[in-house]
Amino acid sequence: MTPRPVLSPAGWAIFLAAGLVLLVGVPALNLALQPGDALHLPNYLVPLLGKYVCFALLALSLDLVWGYAGILSLGHGAFFALGGYAIGMHMMREIGARGVYGNPVLPDFMVFLNWTELPWYWWGSSSFLFALVMVVAVPGLLALAFGWLAFRSRITGVYLSIITQAMTFALMLAFFRNDMGFGGNNGLTDFKDILGFDLQAPSTRLGLYCLSVVALGLAFLLCRFIVSSRLGRLLLAIRDQENRVRFIGWSPTSAKLLVWVVSAMLAGVAGALYVPQVGIINPGEFAPANSIEVAIWVAFGGRGTLAGAILGAFAVNVVKTYFTAAMPELWLFILGGLFVVVTLLLPKGLLGLLSHVGGLRGMIPGAQRAAPIPASEAEATRG
Amino acid sequence: MVLFRLIAIALALAGLHAGAARADAFDEALTGVRGGYAQVTRGAEALAATGDPRAVDVLNALSEGRLYTAPDDGPIGIGTEQGGDIRLVDPRDGSELGVFGSRDVERIRVNNRVRGAVTAAMGRLQLSSPDPGQRRAAVDGIVREPSPEAAEQLRAAIEREQDTGVRGAMTFALAQIELQTGDREQKLAAIETMKASTDPQARAALGAVSAATAEGAPGADAELHEAAEDAIASVDRTREWLNLLLNIYQGISLGSILLLAALGLAITFGVMGVINMAHGEMIMLGAYTAFVVQQVFRAYAPGAMELYLLAAVPAAFLVSGAAGIAIEQSVIRFLYKRPLETLLATWGISLMLQQAVRLIFGATNQQVANPSWMSGGIEILGGVFLTYNRLIIIVFCLIVLAVIALVLRFSTFGLQMRAVVQNRDMARTMGINTARVDALTFGLGSGVAGMAGAALSQIGNVSPNLGTQYIVDSFLVVVFGGVGQLAGTLTGAMGLGIVNKLLEPYAGAVLGKVLVLVGIILFIQFRPRGLFVLKGRAAEA
Repeated sequence: MTPRPVLSPAGWAIFLAAGLVLLVGVPALNLALQPGDALHLPNYLVPLLGKYVCFALLALSLDLVWGYAGILSLGHGAFFALGGYAIGMHMMREIGARGVYGNPVLPDFMVFLNWTELPWYWWGSSSFLFALVMVVAVPGLLALAFGWLAFRSRITGVYLSIITQAMTFALMLAFFRNDMGFGGNNGLTDFKDILGFDLQAPSTRLGLYCLSVVALGLAFLLCRFIVSSRLGRLLLAIRDQENRVRFIGWSPTSAKLLVWVVSAMLAGVAGALYVPQVGIINPGEFAPANSIEVAIWVAFGGRGTLAGAILGAFAVNVVKTYFTAAMPELWLFILGGLFVVVTLLLPKGLLGLLSHVGGLRGMIPGAQRAAPIPASEAEATRG
Repeated sequence: MVLFRLIAIALALAGLHAGAARADAFDEALTGVRGGYAQVTRGAEALAATGDPRAVDVLNALSEGRLYTAPDDGPIGIGTEQGGDIRLVDPRDGSELGVFGSRDVERIRVNNRVRGAVTAAMGRLQLSSPDPGQRRAAVDGIVREPSPEAAEQLRAAIEREQDTGVRGAMTFALAQIELQTGDREQKLAAIETMKASTDPQARAALGAVSAATAEGAPGADAELHEAAEDAIASVDRTREWLNLLLNIYQGISLGSILLLAALGLAITFGVMGVINMAHGEMIMLGAYTAFVVQQVFRAYAPGAMELYLLAAVPAAFLVSGAAGIAIEQSVIRFLYKRPLETLLATWGISLMLQQAVRLIFGATNQQVANPSWMSGGIEILGGVFLTYNRLIIIVFCLIVLAVIALVLRFSTFGLQMRAVVQNRDMARTMGINTARVDALTFGLGSGVAGMAGAALSQIGNVSPNLGTQYIVDSFLVVVFGGVGQLAGTLTGAMGLGIVNKLLEPYAGAVLGKVLVLVGIILFIQFRPRGLFVLKGRAAEA
């Protein structure tokens, strides 16, 4: 088995072109053109685009485990939120004495609850580097513990989906409690700056946006590297026939565990980039509905293609932004309808449709391996 | 017949005779209520001791200062002011004694001490009231002014008391009084009586005794102290058991709600293997059907409002069942081989259903009223209160469970359903219309969810989000209990409900729930297919 290239030449071309548009084109439209210009990108759109990029990274992380290892996680929002809380804790500490109560050490909500000292798990949150480590470590460790228990017991298919949902639901309830020390209902907010850069300044926002794009690009290459390696071939085999893989002598548990943890870390990074751009993180991010929505981004774009997940996240969220502002009552019908239409009529998603229509099959990275629906999932529950 | 009549006449005569004797005692006691304070007090107590109902009026008048002696040391009468004069009425037979100038009659004067004695005497008098409620109230009054006389009266009252509830209250009150005023033997006996009580007052009273008889205290008494401490421990143990029982009952109540919510899912997910994320919305549709039926009854048949729920339950079954069949026919039947896709599609349906209901009925909560036969409750033991709506839901849920089990076991449809589940291809070969069975099975599961919604509307608010509160729990119940077995669903629901309620006192409601969720996640590691597993040979199953 010879290792495959990470991307085909055409794939590299598209990757670089997309990167150029997002990383050079957007800042240029924002900075170089004057506000009166027709093509000028207003400042308020920059964090919005940054948000989409973070969602795309989250969708990418889900596609890695769902599209390639057959693990439909309905709890990826939990890893995303944990990454967000990790960076949010640091930003809370950076407010320092500028808070409403002016306490140099304790965040406002702790003063409000009459706490006198920081809980132990806030230790180290004043250090930016420590926070960066926690952004990947916390989701990674949770995923490691959860995945080790689940995969070792051969929990697959819908059972796994349901307990991932239970996991994020439990975390949501826990974070809603004031006693948890994470701001309860209100979460963490009122951030002032990060590493000394004012979060309200357009330049900081543009910087965060660019950082998100770079993170997305690197994560995409990492995922491509994983799925085109021998491990990726193994994952596909596990997705389609886990028992046969086990009978041949491979260990599905460790392979699944590896991508599961990588995926959770990527979701954590997405959350950490998301929170400074929207300025708040609260327990609502743990809601099971959020995690399920991520699955529809992936399914809409084209599951098992990586690029499709990114495309789907952008497409669905642009539509969402438009409709929640213009016709809020209609949005849930559209989102719900999307779930039904995509699963019934577009099993390969937008990317599958594009490659079908335009004969672009060879050009879209990974699309040539957009896999048929695995039989094992169906067998698992129909028994 | 003649014999009966003779007996009746004899009894009547005996009654008359007893009444006459009592009247004499009353007359005699009444004349004693005069003179100095001490004399009046004695008179009042003697009057109360007669147990005559008329004494109540006299004692009331006495403590309010409306009892007078007629001129020239005449009979005693109850007076009312009448334009500066006093009109006297004879308390013995209600006849008028005449209207006198306020200076001719002599008011029987009372001070606070007399008034206190009169109140206590009244309490004892009411102990023989024919109304059990009044007797119970009298007991409560007596406890507040403990005295050896009161204890004596109580003992007599306990002798003749017929009502077990009131007698229990009297015995308890007597023990309380004896603890304070009795001799040592009585105190020991009282402590023994209190041991069995669950009343919070018992613990307080025993604590007082224990403190008063502790070493170093003025009334130090090792034996009494030990007995009191012993009794306190016993009372605490009893209360702990009672709390445990109460928690278990609440757990069963929560479990029955979970069971109702999960039963439909046990059919669609457990039997058919369809992950219906719109299951919560089937519950929600049932609750809104109950709301609509209520409004219809209110508008067209206000007289039959009490019975609207009886119409709402089948209506909810039909509405949700029809919605379920529509969903199965339009979406789910195309996805039978793709369970994860079913999950996403049904989630989409649930979003649309929620939004549709929100547009039609508004986003705010709708009130669904309890019929009067469902409100209220019964009290068992001290402070343990069971509400009717919870009791009725427990019973309702058991009935639904039994009906489903019977349908699956004995009806033709149930037989076909089980055949399709066990071997779809073979069932089709045998001539079973599997597509039709699928649709009906899904309709049955959805209909049961609808009935659950009608029941849930009785204990909570009805809102478009109603279903989302139950969806995660329902799935966990089914997964925890084991797929494809009603017994598993029952065990899962009751187990989760009870564990949840037992954890609550220690961990709080939210943390308790979190612990239960974590517990389930861990549990599934060891029993990936739940508590009750269908035995099979397939590697995937």
